[in-house]
Amino acid sequence: MTVLLSALDQILSFTHFIYLLGGVLVGLVVGIIPGLGGIAGMSLLLPFIYGMEPSVGLGMLMGLVAVIPTGDTFTSVLMGIPGSSSSQATVMDGFPLAKKGQAARALSAAFMCSMIGGVVGAIVLSVFILVARPIVLSFSSAELFMLTLLGLSVVAALSGGNIFKGLAACGFGLLVGSVGSAPATGEFRFTLGIDYLYDGIPLVVVGLGIFALPEIISLLVQNKAIASTPNKLGHGLKQGIKDVFQNLPLVGKSSIFGSLVGAIPGLGGSVVDWMTYSFAMNSSKDSSQFGKGDIRGVIAPESANNACASGSMIPTLLFGIPGSGSAAVFLGGMLLLGLQPGVSMITTHLDLTYTIIWSLALANILGAVFCICFTRPISLLTYVKFSILAPIILTLILFAAYQATRSLGDFIVLGVIATIGVLMKDAGWPRPAFLIGFVLSSGAENYFFQSIQFYGYSWFERPGVIIIALLILLGFVLPPILKSRRKAQKDEDQATEKALPVTSVTDLILILFITSAGAYALFKIWDMSTLTKAFPLIAIAIVLFSCIALLIQRYKVKHQKVATNIRLEACYIIGFFFIACGYYYLGFISTTFIFSLLFLSYLAKASWLKSLIISFCLVVFLLVMRHIMHIDYPEGFLDPYILTPIDKIF
Amino acid sequence: MKKHLKLLCASTLIFGSLLTTTVKAETADIPSTINWTIPFGVGGGTDVWARFIAPYLTKYIPTHPTVVIKNQPGGGSITGTNLFYQRARSDGSDILGTSASTLFPFMLGDKRVRYNFDKWMPLMASPTGGVVYVQPNLGVKSAADIDKLNGVTLPFGSQGPTRLELPVLMAFEMLGLDVKPVFGMKSRGAGRLAFERGEAKIDFQTTSAYLNSVEDLVKNHKAIPLFSLGVMDEDGKIVRDPAFPNLPTFQEVYFQKYGKKPSGNEYTAYSKFLAAGFAFQKVIFIPSNTPNDIIQAYQKGIKEMLKDPDFIKDSIVQIGPYKNIVGINAAKHLQEATKISPELYAWVAKWLKQKFDYSL
Repeated sequence: MTVLLSALDQILSFTHFIYLLGGVLVGLVVGIIPGLGGIAGMSLLLPFIYGMEPSVGLGMLMGLVAVIPTGDTFTSVLMGIPGSSSSQATVMDGFPLAKKGQAARALSAAFMCSMIGGVVGAIVLSVFILVARPIVLSFSSAELFMLTLLGLSVVAALSGGNIFKGLAACGFGLLVGSVGSAPATGEFRFTLGIDYLYDGIPLVVVGLGIFALPEIISLLVQNKAIASTPNKLGHGLKQGIKDVFQNLPLVGKSSIFGSLVGAIPGLGGSVVDWMTYSFAMNSSKDSSQFGKGDIRGVIAPESANNACASGSMIPTLLFGIPGSGSAAVFLGGMLLLGLQPGVSMITTHLDLTYTIIWSLALANILGAVFCICFTRPISLLTYVKFSILAPIILTLILFAAYQATRSLGDFIVLGVIATIGVLMKDAGWPRPAFLIGFVLSSGAENYFFQSIQFYGYSWFERPGVIIIALLILLGFVLPPILKSRRKAQKDEDQATEKALPVTSVTDLILILFITSAGAYALFKIWDMSTLTKAFPLIAIAIVLFSCIALLIQRYKVKHQKVATNIRLEACYIIGFFFIACGYYYLGFISTTFIFSLLFLSYLAKASWLKSLIISFCLVVFLLVMRHIMHIDYPEGFLDPYILTPIDKIF
Repeated sequence: MKKHLKLLCASTLIFGSLLTTTVKAETADIPSTINWTIPFGVGGGTDVWARFIAPYLTKYIPTHPTVVIKNQPGGGSITGTNLFYQRARSDGSDILGTSASTLFPFMLGDKRVRYNFDKWMPLMASPTGGVVYVQPNLGVKSAADIDKLNGVTLPFGSQGPTRLELPVLMAFEMLGLDVKPVFGMKSRGAGRLAFERGEAKIDFQTTSAYLNSVEDLVKNHKAIPLFSLGVMDEDGKIVRDPAFPNLPTFQEVYFQKYGKKPSGNEYTAYSKFLAAGFAFQKVIFIPSNTPNDIIQAYQKGIKEMLKDPDFIKDSIVQIGPYKNIVGINAAKHLQEATKISPELYAWVAKWLKQKFDYSL
């Protein structure tokens, strides 16, 4: 207890506080800019770390790690771009809320939850870390595999009306996730001889392609502001905070769940938001508004992701096994400070551990306060005509995608995934199912083979495995029962709403596309060694089975045909490929300028002065990022002419 | 006469300009910013090593240049190294930091590798060692009891057949241990966790990880160290690891078990991958067509850096009690290690296929 308090005393000292604040500010900025997350922020701070007083340096790093899941909410809610992988689920309801003109409400609720989640996470961490070692060790590969299954079972809840669409999307995600080296053998699959695919497809690119680009395209097609229904902004802020207090039990449960999932190494924070999202959906009385702008869809994942960042410190500090991407970089920072993770962190260095925990709590509070201050001015952006924002957002997306591997491949794969995303959005397929399949693919495969190799087939007799299996079953059985009970009560209200399931040409295109992708994968993988092909075969089986089911459904069940905008959307996708090539071959900075200027003045019909100012600001932003973060852009033909003189001056 | 005067003027001019260039060259034109390409992500082992060294480079290279670390991850370091091979300027402004996972794919003829070490010169190499240890419930107290492991299946958490564990897997086989590797570990640390959970019965860690995480286990009787991989001395011979003077090397254990020194294809392959993976665990390279005086300025700076008491102190924490290798010996041993004869390559390929069903 004395250690706990003396650590508190220490972080409230002036130097410590200033450095912590510095970390928080950097964390917020990199959190807000999509594509940059903890890793980019850390690379900004690491050069200063070496030789620093450990407690001060740790405070600064912790400030940064803690607030990234807070800051990344801005773009998720306002633009539908997941700011980092931990806020993907926030997009589901946050963005529809912004479209309804309730951006301020969604944001303030999110920040409030982030703060509570972070503080709860810190409390859980301070108690749990002392006893966590045996518990973390009891999660073997078998339990981890079951946890990935638990994550996958979320797909059922997210599938909307049609379970086969969810299954097909998820199976396809699993298949796309298996591109690259096979964990059990190290052999490479589905690389088509392209270097880019050897590492597998980066999560950032998939997230941006499946969510952000399709949203932008559909907004461009409609050509209006993000927020279509006007709303009095003044209500938003307070309403959001009120929402949080009305849903405190949900906040609490999500936070505790988040910090515990974070504590288990190897699962990663990128699914915890989906798990809590589906939990919120399953446990609510009326889940019909989820995906259309239910505030609980923002509250649950946002409480969980900050808590998860706290929880992920447990395996990082105790075992040196980072629980997330930014925890991995935090670990690097610890090593630079001359600190080694391990048992010593709860014995000889317990004071430092408590410094970390207090910093975590303080940073979460500071981060949320800052964000809430900025909420009102920033959420006004949603009232700007969208075509004005489009070039800015597109540049941000390309910038974010390019940070994944810094090659042309990032742009091309982004375009391909976006095409799938547009088709899925158009045909009403659950895009989160695809993403979850993709995220959990490698974990599911890896832990499955590891548990079989370590335990033979007796692994499913382990108590942990059985408990998680029961949880999964409960997740399947409970919601339908609850729902049918409720339905019985309000049957009269819903009777009128029942309409025929809809279908469109896009549906058929998508089914055929995914089926042929599956068939091609089957052909490619057939001759590989057993351990290499086993998992993709399962994914292919899921894909083919559900596609056939969908085809049968299509011809057996009566559908209502609807027209779609797919032709126009296809034009935009083709346009995207051209622009992306321009960014790569002409030079990122010069294309940003030219494209924004032309787009704004001709398509958005903005005045030349306005277009010039916006384009110029974008270029300045890119140049500043380049200078501070040492980021290289694709230079192409034109950029050297701009960059050489600039480099000479600075 | 006029002609002669012209010629004289011209030659004076040329000579004069030559003179000025030579004068300039003596003060070594090191660029004010050095870009140090690290083909790995931020916070990884090689990145932390580079960030630890960078301030000392600034301090000891005569003109005190700014050293900027450029992370270019991908393909387990192949992507960044390829780019460096294509683009690095040879004016001293570009250097590269590599690790075992840069050397191994080159030696194994990975299709993606487009670099080769002929164009580069090693400025410095940081070695590491490694220790193999087993679960205490196997009845083994030290390497002397190694025969007790005969016929016992030993699961071993490994990242993959062609990763850092490659020479260790060869050592296991030469010692006749029935090791069953479980691939797909995300890092060596994940392998250690599997050992701590009791899933893996045998494990191996590099020096710094061993000192920080396994020594506690040994103290609490949760792990028994068997042998170290040893370190390479200046003549390229394997001797006992200064970090673990009480542990026998692999060679000693082999001799104890079979009464002869290890030899043959497998041992040659083992030695090469051991050198590339451990003696040259981390290397700083510079393009060899960089002007001589600049290279010399680097070499001088690094030599002085190695004498800095602060550097030595921190180096023990960051790297272990090892001497960083510099100079001509480094270049010679590195070249020897990475050169794989076609016969040896064929042997390695066959071994990987037979043992792990892995096709090169």
